[in-house]
Amino acid sequence: MSKLTVSVSPHIYSKTSTQTIMLDVIIALLPATVAGVVIFGIRSLAVIAVAVATAVLSEFLFNLICKREQTISDLSAIVTGLLLALNLPAEIPLWQTAVGAVFGIIFVKCIFGGIGQNFANPAITARVFMIISFSGTLIKVSSPVIVDTVSGATPLTVIEGISKGIVPSIKDLFFGVYGGTIGETCSIALLLGFVYLMIRKVISWHTPVTYIATVFILALVISGSFNTALVHVLSGGLLIGAIFMATDYSTSPTSYLGKAVFGVGCGLITVLIRFWGNFPEGVSFAILIMNIITPYIDKLTAKKHFGGVKK
Amino acid sequence: MKMHGIHIPHRKNTAAAVPLRMPAPKTVTIMTSMHIGKPASVIVKPGDKVYVGQPIAEANGFVSANIHASISGTVKKIDEVLSSAGSFVPAVVIESDGEMTPYENISAPVVNTYDEFISALASSGIVGLGGAGFPTHVKLDVKDTSRIQQVIINSAECEPYITSDTRTMLDRAEDIEHAIKLFIKFLGVKEFVIGIEKNKPEAISEMNKLAKSIPSVKVKVLPSSYPQGGEKVLIFNTTGKVVPAGKLPIDVGCVVCNCTTMAEIGRFFKTGMPLTEKCVTVDGDAVREPKNVIVPIGTALSDVFEFCGGFKEEPKKMLYGGPMMGLAVPSADAMILKNTNAVLAFGAKSAKEPKATQCIHCGRCVNHCPLGLAPINIAKAFETKDCEALQKLEVNLCMECGCCSYVCPARRPLVQTNKLSKAMLRDYLAKQPKETEEKKK
Repeated sequence: MSKLTVSVSPHIYSKTSTQTIMLDVIIALLPATVAGVVIFGIRSLAVIAVAVATAVLSEFLFNLICKREQTISDLSAIVTGLLLALNLPAEIPLWQTAVGAVFGIIFVKCIFGGIGQNFANPAITARVFMIISFSGTLIKVSSPVIVDTVSGATPLTVIEGISKGIVPSIKDLFFGVYGGTIGETCSIALLLGFVYLMIRKVISWHTPVTYIATVFILALVISGSFNTALVHVLSGGLLIGAIFMATDYSTSPTSYLGKAVFGVGCGLITVLIRFWGNFPEGVSFAILIMNIITPYIDKLTAKKHFGGVKK
Repeated sequence: MKMHGIHIPHRKNTAAAVPLRMPAPKTVTIMTSMHIGKPASVIVKPGDKVYVGQPIAEANGFVSANIHASISGTVKKIDEVLSSAGSFVPAVVIESDGEMTPYENISAPVVNTYDEFISALASSGIVGLGGAGFPTHVKLDVKDTSRIQQVIINSAECEPYITSDTRTMLDRAEDIEHAIKLFIKFLGVKEFVIGIEKNKPEAISEMNKLAKSIPSVKVKVLPSSYPQGGEKVLIFNTTGKVVPAGKLPIDVGCVVCNCTTMAEIGRFFKTGMPLTEKCVTVDGDAVREPKNVIVPIGTALSDVFEFCGGFKEEPKKMLYGGPMMGLAVPSADAMILKNTNAVLAFGAKSAKEPKATQCIHCGRCVNHCPLGLAPINIAKAFETKDCEALQKLEVNLCMECGCCSYVCPARRPLVQTNKLSKAMLRDYLAKQPKETEEKKK
């Protein structure tokens, strides 16, 4: 008889692996991706393709040059590329998209040690980097190609009085037929992704729900209008941010309490920026700032050890 | 407060398999260390004729247990074998005469007092059969029996595959009942809680019948989540009590006994036959005919597997116990011990070790740890040899249930690192001057 394997228990493992988690995120993003291509036209497909390809290629080359173990098979680079693309307007020059993806993968993810080691979300940081570097093209939002009555202004810029236009109906906000980035507008598609991620137990409800609830309640209190509060929840990058970016494992707290604190913090900063900041949109900045204080939240919300010594 | 755990596949394929008694193997190798504590001292010599139930090794020291011959025949030699703890201990090799003749001095013990009960129990060689193998007479020797508020009968059987406790509940309820009566009489126990995972409805109804006949017994149906049968977890989920770090269940008024241990106690006081055989679940994807088998202690795993039709594929890994906490054995020569409740054999596919990738900081290990520990932070502290951090993270609370490693999507060896961290912390504390010791207290 051949030799037996001797290893330390456990001898069985859950089916969930890093790869299946990333695949689930990609699947959860598909409805929003498809909706984005339908709403903003075939040009958005080019943006998505460039972002994903550049992200994967940069990680591949970085690992190759630095003689690190190849990690692209964990699919996380695809997630980063896809998320970045969905947060960009469909009309953005493709070279700018590529620069953003390279920045996110190399400077936010790889040089900090790759997956799990980055302190900020690569897609968000890349977007913030692009907002600063290519503000002209990034702020110019695309208009839906499927209808021609809607102006290029986003609902947020309209309700904040930055640009003129009409606020779309709640129905349009749900189906995403208004100006915005490729993946952020179709609320129903994003919520579908949320439900999928919850069912697959990839994320917990804590961050998205507390984030969205905080924005809604604060917007309601500040504006005094239920409709305005609803517009704040359904438009802009809130849903995609709360569901897909604020729940990024590496850059958000581990405990459920910590996740809730993180969500409330994100909501607070988002509202501050949206109502009183210079930018019409605050989701990216809010998540980025909360990413940075995540270690402190983790420390303060650490679980009590069962039967542990009181400290 | 809710204790976290994980949902794992049950794979209780053999739950309906009534245990079959396997014939005496040609030889048995009975180890003198099948319990926590000192190995027993051998009292037979090669050439001696021995019978089933005859003492062959005596308890050595307070925490130790007697060992008895499990077959009748001749002592061939006193060998040195590798124990599951990793050291070499003496073992008695007996060649069978094929008769299984019982030892002539076997008779039901007559006990009238608590002390007589404990000393009779000590002679039985019964140890904790749920896996730990702590000598039962030592556990019950609490001096002041009024300290025992509750006896919790651990029937959770939360590990996949294993059904031997299920079979005990189904087939030997009267033995359990007898042990309960003895506990009431000699230990003055006023409350018994039988904790069973809800995936065993037949065992639950059998135990409910028992609870109906004895008013101090109640059955607590527990969710099927691993590690429901972990001692601290079970105590919390049945009584709501928290066993503090470094304390024993008796410190919160609880005694936890596995249901098969109870059944063995009952049987011993009825018949006087000490612990010489064990019901073992034989399963795993390499085994041709998974079943429950009653095996003489000391039988080689190869003989047990052969009784179950051999292998349908080449085994690459063999375990004592379940796949979550079971111990991998180096060869099929390993033998059935007192506390073996299952032996599993797996083929190449299941035996393949997963490759660890980078931590993605998903928090699954933290959110699933039943004791609220943070395995990922423990691993970081271990890598940097930061023993003070390990102390703060209270790694020594870890019961090594393996939930963290099971759920880790990056397949990090988390519980394995916890075990190493505990050893590292132990060495560190041993080297510390006294004041740290006192602070610890």
